Amino acid sequence: MGERLTREAVAHVAMLARLDVTDDELDLFTGQLAAVLEHAADVEALDLRGVPATTHPLPLVNVLRPDVVQPGLDRDEVLAMAPQAEGGRFRVPRILDEEA
Amino acid sequence: MALPEGWELVCGLEVHCELRTATKLFCSCANEFGSEPNTNVCPVCLGLPGSLPVLNEQAVELAMRIGAALDCDILRSTFHRKNYFYPDMPKDYQISQYDEPINVLGHLDLPDGSTVGVERAHIEEDTGKSQHVGGSGRISDATHSLVDYNRAGVPLVEIVSGPDIRSADQARAYVAELRSIVVATGASDGKMEEGSMRVDANVSVRRVGDPHLGTRCEVKNLNSLRSLVRAIDHEASRQIAVLKDGGAIVLETRHWDEGAGRTRAGRRKEEADDYRYFPEPDLVPLDPSPEWIASVRAALPPLPAARRQTLAETIGVDETLEAVITAVGRDLDRFVLDAVAAGADGKVALSRAVNDIPVDGQVAVGAFAATVSMEAAGALTATQAKKVLEELAAAGGEGDPAAIAAGLGFQALGEDSLARAVDEVIAARPKDWADYVGGNDKVAGMFVGQVMKSTKGQADGKAVTRILNERRAAG
Amino acid sequence: MSAAASGARTASEVAAAVATGQVSAAAVLEEHLARIDATEAEIHAFNHVMVDEARATAQAVDEAVASGSDPGRLAGVTVALKDNMCTRGTPTTCSSRILVGWRPPYDATVVTRLAAAGAVVIGKTNLDEFAMGSSTENSAFGPSRNPHDPSKVPGGSSGGSAAAVAAGYAAVALGSDTGGSIRQPAALCGVVGVKPTYGGVSRYGLIAFASSLDQIGPFALTVEDAALILEVIGGHDPADSTSIDQPAPDLRGGLGRGVDGVRVGLVRELMGPGIAPDVAQRVTEAAEALEKEGARIEEVSLPSFTYGLSAYYLIAPAECSSNMARYDGVRYGLRAEAPGITEMYKATRAEGFGPEVKRRIMLGTYALSAGYYDAYYGKALKVRTLILSDFERAYADVDVLMSPTSPTVAFDLGAKTADPMTMYLNDVCTIPSNLAGHPAISVPFGGGEGGLPVGVQLLGPALSEPLLFQVAAAVERAATAVFEGRPL
Repeated sequence: MGERLTREAVAHVAMLARLDVTDDELDLFTGQLAAVLEHAADVEALDLRGVPATTHPLPLVNVLRPDVVQPGLDRDEVLAMAPQAEGGRFRVPRILDEEA
Repeated sequence: MALPEGWELVCGLEVHCELRTATKLFCSCANEFGSEPNTNVCPVCLGLPGSLPVLNEQAVELAMRIGAALDCDILRSTFHRKNYFYPDMPKDYQISQYDEPINVLGHLDLPDGSTVGVERAHIEEDTGKSQHVGGSGRISDATHSLVDYNRAGVPLVEIVSGPDIRSADQARAYVAELRSIVVATGASDGKMEEGSMRVDANVSVRRVGDPHLGTRCEVKNLNSLRSLVRAIDHEASRQIAVLKDGGAIVLETRHWDEGAGRTRAGRRKEEADDYRYFPEPDLVPLDPSPEWIASVRAALPPLPAARRQTLAETIGVDETLEAVITAVGRDLDRFVLDAVAAGADGKVALSRAVNDIPVDGQVAVGAFAATVSMEAAGALTATQAKKVLEELAAAGGEGDPAAIAAGLGFQALGEDSLARAVDEVIAARPKDWADYVGGNDKVAGMFVGQVMKSTKGQADGKAVTRILNERRAAG
Repeated sequence: MSAAASGARTASEVAAAVATGQVSAAAVLEEHLARIDATEAEIHAFNHVMVDEARATAQAVDEAVASGSDPGRLAGVTVALKDNMCTRGTPTTCSSRILVGWRPPYDATVVTRLAAAGAVVIGKTNLDEFAMGSSTENSAFGPSRNPHDPSKVPGGSSGGSAAAVAAGYAAVALGSDTGGSIRQPAALCGVVGVKPTYGGVSRYGLIAFASSLDQIGPFALTVEDAALILEVIGGHDPADSTSIDQPAPDLRGGLGRGVDGVRVGLVRELMGPGIAPDVAQRVTEAAEALEKEGARIEEVSLPSFTYGLSAYYLIAPAECSSNMARYDGVRYGLRAEAPGITEMYKATRAEGFGPEVKRRIMLGTYALSAGYYDAYYGKALKVRTLILSDFERAYADVDVLMSPTSPTVAFDLGAKTADPMTMYLNDVCTIPSNLAGHPAISVPFGGGEGGLPVGVQLLGPALSEPLLFQVAAAVERAATAVFEGRPL
């Protein structure tokens, strides 16, 4: 760890996040993100073995809901939001290479 | 299908079961198959901005039943987000369980006596459904897709076995056994054809004796037990051929093409599967009380393995006997045990129940037991007993077997009549008799058939064979 | 111009007056609308003023009063809502191009509770896009301006809500606070701002930025008003699994109790370099004022606060990167046409998100990605534990903590936009409370450089709102005593 954030790493991350970035943006973001990570190097450098992680600030457990049907949304209302709909469904361009 | 000499299959299965809850995992929309598209949706299962998940109590109950039935440890668990983009994913992440799943370290005992380990059985939400339109309807030449979110958010339990399976048949037995368990516990419908049970197979091969695991391929699109067997056999053969040829197996997902009878590589993605799991901040940990867990375990119905054992022990046969497996598989074990309790011979009762009651008919336990007893006592031949059962079933299940037998003119022939009938046939066929006396046992079948014919089926085939042997021995 | 100068009523005053028929909700509303007409073009507090809806609600309230039925605890009180809270049938944009035109088909729980209490929602306020920022300069629709000096920022991300209250456009407003986004703009605009205990107010219908940090809270002219709002919107919500399983506590009952014997800890790490001298001066004065009222002031050290900013800028972007994934052009919002789904995702998100949102998505994705989780996100979660321990240790000796809310007074528009890191430093005082899930309040306490408002921050342990409000009321009384009648 502590390697300088590379342009390739940022391009890879943009792909994971499905964000188109121009070359100029890639350069700019690489610099800016590297600066933030450098600032975060103080955290990275801490020896925190034995310190447990806190994922939730409050100690709630077992929040459950009864298995009873409640009315949902009206289909017309739902599809009215859609950028493109067809036959009661959301229409999207062809899916060739996404995860299946 | 046997692999080439010296090669071994190593297979693990991931089985997704939809849970039989009234509502979805994190919202109160109906969990219903076959509704009009996008009519069982709400802000939560659509992943609308601002929506939040709330866990379904019954889904937890059913997940624990599966874990208990698989003899898992049931633990405090947490939820994680599995992040990836796909149009049937409303949030572009799936809420699942990662390193702290609810059920771990179980196992499944199969009818043949083998055991397959169950590493985990965790809770997660299902995705929506995409339909690929244009072209042939397959994803590769579609022009666009249409998405229905009715299924998004339906509760699933994903059951992951260890890499313990060594044959396609064993895989089939594992899935069949798993299905009977999830159905018996009320947790799931287990219908592969409807998609309420989905199986993916992780298949690899290695040389016998090699302690390392080979590179595996994940095989998807297995819609029936038959596909499962065919696909595993095909994939194992494919991998062996590649390795024998000096090639290497690529870690990848492959899709089973039922029509072509082969697996095909899915498109490889450069970034592979970086799901960036992290703890789900919108949900809190699940820590079922010891009382709840105990009540789930206590309420389990008798499971198939135990039922096979009970049936086999009662009758005095081995529990791996085909008829025992079939009887439990078709829920006939209780029936057979009741007949035995009513005095029927166990082995005969088992055989008749599994083979001779019409699939769409039924016979009352009392009448069944009486019929079996008549056969066991020699008052009916096997053929006659089967006929009586057929009549009982046609009449709706009730009846008096003795009366039916009499009405059909069934009486087992007395020893004298039987001997006379045998002698008549022997006399009519001197050449065949000489053949038989000379040592050709195969001819006995012809003689039995002739005796059956002349006695109009009233002869007991075993008795005829006995008499033939006596005659031959006597010279 | 400030609300006080314009003679705006407090929410408590309005609710009482409307419920007893002394003034109509309609008349109150028109006063606010008139102020909006006068100066909103310059201040740009709102994305959307809901004139027709507000008039209809006000009329309904007046009819309830006339017919003798209970018009609710907030009868006729005008409320401005940060535009990241779902309002059914009304545009909710998060000040982002990616949600332009989106009308939610449901109301956030807080919206439902406000409506049930007779409040009059007057509009949706501007914010930094998806609540990411400290100045509203990241809004896709242009920044909001500080009513005290329109060349300055109002703070962020809830800058529009803070400005709306400061300018008298609404009696109260709701914002959301993830790293200080209520408290910091409250301080910069000279109003009261509260972040409740995590789980104290339902997040159902709040468009998520960082789910384990976000909380909705009130902006108000007075501590009492803020307490009243929290009593109405707070309390358990079955639709939010992280909401505390208790009803909203009584917060107004103890407002007059004073601070005799209350132990107040000044946070050493937040009073040193990095805090502008004018701000530090006001905080010191506030502490002295409390001491005069019987409080015991001491300095406390919470060393892990030093790592708070870094931990926050790993945790928040990580959760955000996942929360932002759903904006993909499939089901709602902006869609950029493309022949294939991957291109559509990428083009939609490139077009729809501004640079700060993109930066945080990428930072968060990186922090969570294979090989980096333990070093970044994983470690940040442990820093959180350290911060909680420091708080626990401190609260063994003191009842509440005190610090500046913001390191500086309001800065010039454009002054900190060149370097993201510079902007992030605005959050250094507010972040620890979010990481710990603890409540905190900013109370105006005089002015600093250029006559711009200064806010003093009070921090308390989880569920300590009653005490926190009690101390805040004392600070407020001291501020009035010290600064009343004087220009800031």
